[in-house]
Amino acid sequence: MSSPNITKVTSHISHNESLIFERSQPGRIGYRLPPLDVEAQPLAEIIPPEFQRDDDLEGVPEVSEVDVIRHFTRMSTWNYSIDLGMYPLGSCTMKYNSRLNEKVARIAGFANLHPLANEEDAQGALQVIYELQQHLAEITGLPGVSLQPAAGAHGEMTGVMIIRAFIDARDGEGASANRRTMLIPDSAHGTNPASAHLSGFSVKTIRSTAEGFTDLDHLRELCGKGNVAGLMLTNPNTLGLFEKNIKEICRIVHDAGGLVYMDGANMNALVGVARPGDMGVDVIHLNLHKTFSTPHGGGGPGCGPCCCTKELEPFLPVPRVVKVESGTGDGSLFKLDSNHPQSIGRVKAFYGNYGMMLRALAYIQTHGHDGLREATEAAVLNARYIAHALVSDYDKPFAAPPMHEVVFTDKRQSRKGAHTLDIAKRLIDYGFHPMTIYFPLIVSGAMLIEPTESVGHQELDQFIEAMRSIAREAIENPELVLNAPHSTRIGRLDEAAAARKPVLRWKPKAKADAA
Amino acid sequence: MANIPEDLHYSKDHEWVRVAGNIATIGITDYAQNSLGDVVYVELSKPGDELAANESFGSVESVKAVSELFTPVSGAVTEQNDALQDAPEKVNTDPYGDGWMIRVKMSSAGEVDSLLTAAEYEDFTKEETE
Repeated sequence: MSSPNITKVTSHISHNESLIFERSQPGRIGYRLPPLDVEAQPLAEIIPPEFQRDDDLEGVPEVSEVDVIRHFTRMSTWNYSIDLGMYPLGSCTMKYNSRLNEKVARIAGFANLHPLANEEDAQGALQVIYELQQHLAEITGLPGVSLQPAAGAHGEMTGVMIIRAFIDARDGEGASANRRTMLIPDSAHGTNPASAHLSGFSVKTIRSTAEGFTDLDHLRELCGKGNVAGLMLTNPNTLGLFEKNIKEICRIVHDAGGLVYMDGANMNALVGVARPGDMGVDVIHLNLHKTFSTPHGGGGPGCGPCCCTKELEPFLPVPRVVKVESGTGDGSLFKLDSNHPQSIGRVKAFYGNYGMMLRALAYIQTHGHDGLREATEAAVLNARYIAHALVSDYDKPFAAPPMHEVVFTDKRQSRKGAHTLDIAKRLIDYGFHPMTIYFPLIVSGAMLIEPTESVGHQELDQFIEAMRSIAREAIENPELVLNAPHSTRIGRLDEAAAARKPVLRWKPKAKADAA
Repeated sequence: MANIPEDLHYSKDHEWVRVAGNIATIGITDYAQNSLGDVVYVELSKPGDELAANESFGSVESVKAVSELFTPVSGAVTEQNDALQDAPEKVNTDPYGDGWMIRVKMSSAGEVDSLLTAAEYEDFTKEETE
């Protein structure tokens, strides 16, 4: 695209960036070590020859510090992030991560504390864990809390392991071996069956009704077999619908001797309004990186606390943070308590991803009771606004009003050849991150849209206008949609070729050609 | 319109069965490959595995999702289509030919009679599309 008369010294940041390997210049270095102040040792005495490289670091790029900084800074400008605009990725709750929470997480006393510091030197840090546990217990209505799990699927597995440990203790090892079936609806996140399987359960799938809810008759039938350890249920479910029979569902499972695990991925529809503990749920995981606004992905890591009933509390991971009255009567002390013989044990090094706990506590405290409820109401209102506005342009397979996210399909557009993938790619041209596509699996051509409460009226309208415009294009000028995106640095990627013949690493030119 | 050969048996999970003697060749239908999109990986049961009807014999991964494969007939696996390891796209380009998945020595010959005919399967896919 550059003019033939101009030889550019370097690429503009909006251009493609070559690989750092291709920036290599012989002899360039980005460091200078100080002279040795000890006697030099022969390399072979420190590292046995068989562990030494013999290729003279072939292919490792020779670059200066500024080369590296410019290379990665240029690429960092290509990211689409929540700080740039709406990120309506259904099931992911991509809400704004407040700068205040980041500031709190960087307070030196917390950030620089050694994880093995003595309890008495870490009272403030332990108090943060304790207070966050108290808040999450109140929000979920489930008094036992562990903040150890590192993310959602980890919290799920912790919850399922707790169910297994509870049943083993209740029924005895012999009888509990006959109770190894976990029920999971066909709309569930794929991590649910994986967590159940890893914990030694076999999975039976429950059908959804045509209206998008758990099929109670099928649930009763499966529970009648006497081998059900539990049910893993997402509520609102992944179709964005609140399982209004949740109390009846819990009763059926409990009557059959099973426990109810709730996947808390969609808690952004419930916080401050309804509590899983009040619905009959026994154990739940939360995603602090969704519902409580701590960063996802590169800004992560995540945190997937596990909350449970009093009955299940003895099985929670250790160590647990507890509050005890100090012997001298001058207030309370926070202690790490590992004296729980029925515990499933430790599930994470140290105490979990501590920085996330600070951010989540800051989120909860800056919102307060009313603020948390208002955030939930706004998240649901925003999703319903989109649902209402787009129902005339896109097929909405379920009639019930959605909670915090809404699912549409490509049924009307696909007749002219534009499918969900094409619509998602075209949305990039309008400046939005695409929605979640082809999930839930039970909806053909699914587009799952979750605006969260972080989007204002104006941006919602812009999103709706973009989606309507794409719906028109799909009929009037399908090629425009089929070949999207057009405005990006690179166009449509061949995802099938990338998956079939992945190029996982750079190789020196001569070797790559020879291979 | 999806291609539905007359001489095959079909399951409601969108597998087809071709019978020759007591050997059943199994794959997924044109309708199924079209719904899945570009297939990028196929995992199959190995020769010697004993399968009961409706049991999983592997999975097929497309750019959209991973889907389980269910055998419509019971028996021992005699062969798997090794070519799909390097060329999973054969499932898209030739679902009833080079895209076949496994061969099974049937233990209950009558099972194929309970499967759908081509005409019945065509009606079934029409219902699903509605």
